[in-house]
This record gives sequence, C-alpha cells and structure tokens, in this order.
Amino acid sequence: MTEEKFDAIVVGAGPAGSAAAYTMAKAGLSVVLIERGEYPGAKNVMGGVMYGRMLADLIPTFAAEAPIERVIMEERLWITTDDSAVILGHKTAAPHGEVPNAFTVLRAKFDRWFASKAEQAGAFLIPATVVEDLIMRDGKVGGVRTGRPDGDLYADAVVLCDGVHSFLAKKAGLQTREIAPHEVALAVKEIITLPPDLIQERFNVGEGEGVTIELYGAVTQEMGGYGFIYTNRDSLSVGVGALISHFMRTKVTPNELLERLKQHPLVQPLLAGGQVAEYLAHAIPEGGYRAMPRLYGHGVLIAGDAAMMVNGLHREGSNLAMTAGRLAGETVVEAKGRNDFSATSLASYRRRLEESFVLKDLKKYQHLPEFVDRHPELLRIYPGLVNLAIHEMLTVDGMPKRDKQRKIWKAVTARRPLWRLITDAYRAWKVIR
Amino acid sequence: MKLEEKLYLLSYKHDKQSHISIRDNDICGTACAKTWGRPCTTFCPANVYAWDGEKITASFENCVECTSCLTGCPYHNIDWRLPRGGYGVQYRNG
Repeated sequence: MTEEKFDAIVVGAGPAGSAAAYTMAKAGLSVVLIERGEYPGAKNVMGGVMYGRMLADLIPTFAAEAPIERVIMEERLWITTDDSAVILGHKTAAPHGEVPNAFTVLRAKFDRWFASKAEQAGAFLIPATVVEDLIMRDGKVGGVRTGRPDGDLYADAVVLCDGVHSFLAKKAGLQTREIAPHEVALAVKEIITLPPDLIQERFNVGEGEGVTIELYGAVTQEMGGYGFIYTNRDSLSVGVGALISHFMRTKVTPNELLERLKQHPLVQPLLAGGQVAEYLAHAIPEGGYRAMPRLYGHGVLIAGDAAMMVNGLHREGSNLAMTAGRLAGETVVEAKGRNDFSATSLASYRRRLEESFVLKDLKKYQHLPEFVDRHPELLRIYPGLVNLAIHEMLTVDGMPKRDKQRKIWKAVTARRPLWRLITDAYRAWKVIR
Repeated sequence: MKLEEKLYLLSYKHDKQSHISIRDNDICGTACAKTWGRPCTTFCPANVYAWDGEKITASFENCVECTSCLTGCPYHNIDWRLPRGGYGVQYRNG
C-alpha cells in the first residue's frame, strides 16, 4: 500500500481546526481535516455567541452565507438574588454593517458550514474518525494513527484542535501535567424553542436581531460561574456553568442548577410556553494563560480549547480558536516554504499569538481563574449587597434619602466589614486591571 | 423537567462496547467515599455514574462526552476514552 502523505493534518473540525485547514488549503497545501463526529459540530457545544471580526479575517463575506441565528443588538447583565436583579446593559440601534460584531449560532449547524468552507478551499474532510495516536518519525510528529483499518496518515505538520482535555496534547508531550478541577468549568444548556415573533416581542428586538443576558449571583448557588440566555432565530439557548472544583464540593447537580435558573421568577416569563428541544453539556477550559500547554513542538501545533484558549470573563472562546487556528495555519504555510517543520521553525506560531489579542488577553487575566476558584462567596455577597442597596433607594416610604444612605451603609458593613470591602475591591481590581 | 426526559431527547449512535471504565473500585468505596463523597455521582450532567452499594457503575450509553470526569474524579480513577469514530452523542443544534 502506498503511504498517504499530506502537507498537514488537522485533528478536530471545530472553529480552530476548520480555520487552520481553511488557511492552509487556501494557500495550496494538501490538508486533511479529521473529525470524530459523524459530521462537524456533532460533538461541539458552546453558549452560542460568536464574534464576526475573526471570522471575517478568514471569510470576509461570511454574513451572507453562514448559518447565523440572530445579530446581537443588546447585551444585558443581570446581578441576581433569588427574587430580584440589578440589570445593566448596552443596546445599539446602529446598523451593524457587513461584519456584525456578535451573533448567535447553533454549533451543529455552524461548524458544518465552516468545515465546508475548508473543504471548498481544498481540504479533505474525514468525519466519524478518531485519531488514537500520533506517529513519530525522525524525531518529530509525522502523522496520525486513526481508528480506521489501515488508518495511518502522514504529514509534515499536525495541528491539534481536538478540544478541551486534549488527549493528543499529552501524546505530543505539549501537556505534561493533569488539568486541575478549578481549571475547567462544566456548563449545561438547553435549546428551548419559541416562535420567532414571540422572541422579538419578549426581548424587544426586530427580525434577525437578538439579545444576550448573562446572569451572575444567586443563580450559580455560590459556585464560580454564570448563567446565560441567548436568543436564536426560533429558540433560546439557556444555560449555566460553574467550575468543576465547585461542583465537586457543593454536590449540586448541573441539571438542578439549570432547572433552578429556569425557575427563577425573573427568568421564567422569558421561557414560558417554550419546548425543550435539546439538552447539552460540555467542559470549558477556564484555566487561562497559566494552565496552557506548550503551543508547538517538532511537527506539531495546538490551538483552541485544546490549548486553553478561553477568555471566560469576556465570554470569548471561538474567536480565540479561529484566530489561533488561522495563525497556526499561516505558520505551517511559512514552514512549508522553507521545508522545515522543526520546533524552531514553528516557534513563530507563539510569536504570532503573542502579537495578537489571544495571548495578550489571556495574559491580562492570568490570575483570574485562581481568584474565582478561591472566592466563590463573592458571587453571593456582592450581588446581594448591590440588590439590597438599589432596592432600598428605590423604595419610596417617607424615609429621607440621607437616612436611607446610612441604613444601606449599615446593612452593607454588617454583612461585609469595611476592611473586607476594601481588600475585596483591591483583589478584584488586581486580577482584572 | 427530569434529566431522564432530557436525555431521551438526544440522538445517540450506540456502541456495544463501553468507552468508560473504573480503574480501581476500591478507591470509590474507601478513599473517595470518605474524602470526597464520590462527586462523579453528582457532577456528571448525564448521570452516567452511580454507586450500587459495592462499586461505581457507568451507564456509558448516557454519556454526552462533556469530558468533565477527566478532571472531576479526584483520583483520576475514571478511564474515559473517546467513543469510536461516529459513535456516541450527536447534537442536532449544539
């Protein structure tokens, strides 16, 4: 049998993998894109918000053809207690132009489309196939062993985009330790169907326009995480996530957490009459910069969730993955030009990431994951205090406002002494400045 | 809504062989029970893991491949592998 040799093999047809495959195929490289699901997206889950800029860097005209659910016109932040919320938000009526900033997608549909773009550019998609091992040749990664009979494939470079808890990162020697429970969140969500016009009415937007709501505070029952409600065309993505370390400690089940969120008195009316169409769960790599694996080795690069490229605070992940996938692809294209796939040659991948927002943002928040793990109580205390203060100020009961301020201050310091308020604020500022 | 009803909504392509096994049953019955209270029986979003009084059973056919048990088992005692190509959960929306 003749040996199957390609310029590059990409493992995993999510946002990172399809971006890498698209970039390399477009530059004329022979590329194989391997996906373990029966179709790209079959295994992939996220909250549902994607960003346009990084996709437009690859496919400038995506807005006309990608399966976009709704373009986000309003983002709301709910700071919740069990029966109230302080609500912040931003809404724009400005036309979003050709490249919408943010939009919702359903990943089973989107990933299929995105992988088809890589195929159209010339990449060869092999679905329903698991990569079980990497093949080492001449001291470098030189191919993959798939679960298929005679399933060895060879390439000059292998790009690992196999998602959170990447088995291949370990096999490649890029990940040398076990990932800790506080470095991964577990999120569950439901797709709840509702007629489009009812969604538009309830969320006060027009056709094709959507809203995001992130819910902090009581809804995560003193675990580090948040809930979300995102509008799709004829459904809502409703979910909640928290650190696995906190799930282990509290013994709250993910489904209980989600049911509680859905039954929150402020959430319930938004979902009323909807039918649950699908239930989904996935781990999210939240360890940030300090938990990242090595990003390249001899003949191998890693991108996306597999490389911990998630900015949890800003709800970003797929955009980091697409950018990293593109940069990995460009690195391999360049390496092909000089026919050198050694780690030294591929080192420019890290440099490219460092110059981009990907590593700049992950570095900026490198201490945040540890902070969230250690101080879940802040997500109970502060939402409670903020709600209490605002509720008091808005309650018109004849008490003079100065007395109200005193009453609020007393109630706040009774629950959190002044020195703690100051140290909390200082710590929080330090991890997000 | 009960979890069982939600899992019933999902499409799976079922394999005959399990992709999950427990490495050492003693750990679940002793060290983990004492120190951690067998967290896999609560954090698993698809209720794959249950304690039957003697050992942890793994209903692998429920698994939605979230991979949480890879870090969530305090003893790395769950041998979780990727289902064979094309098998397992198949999300229609995602």
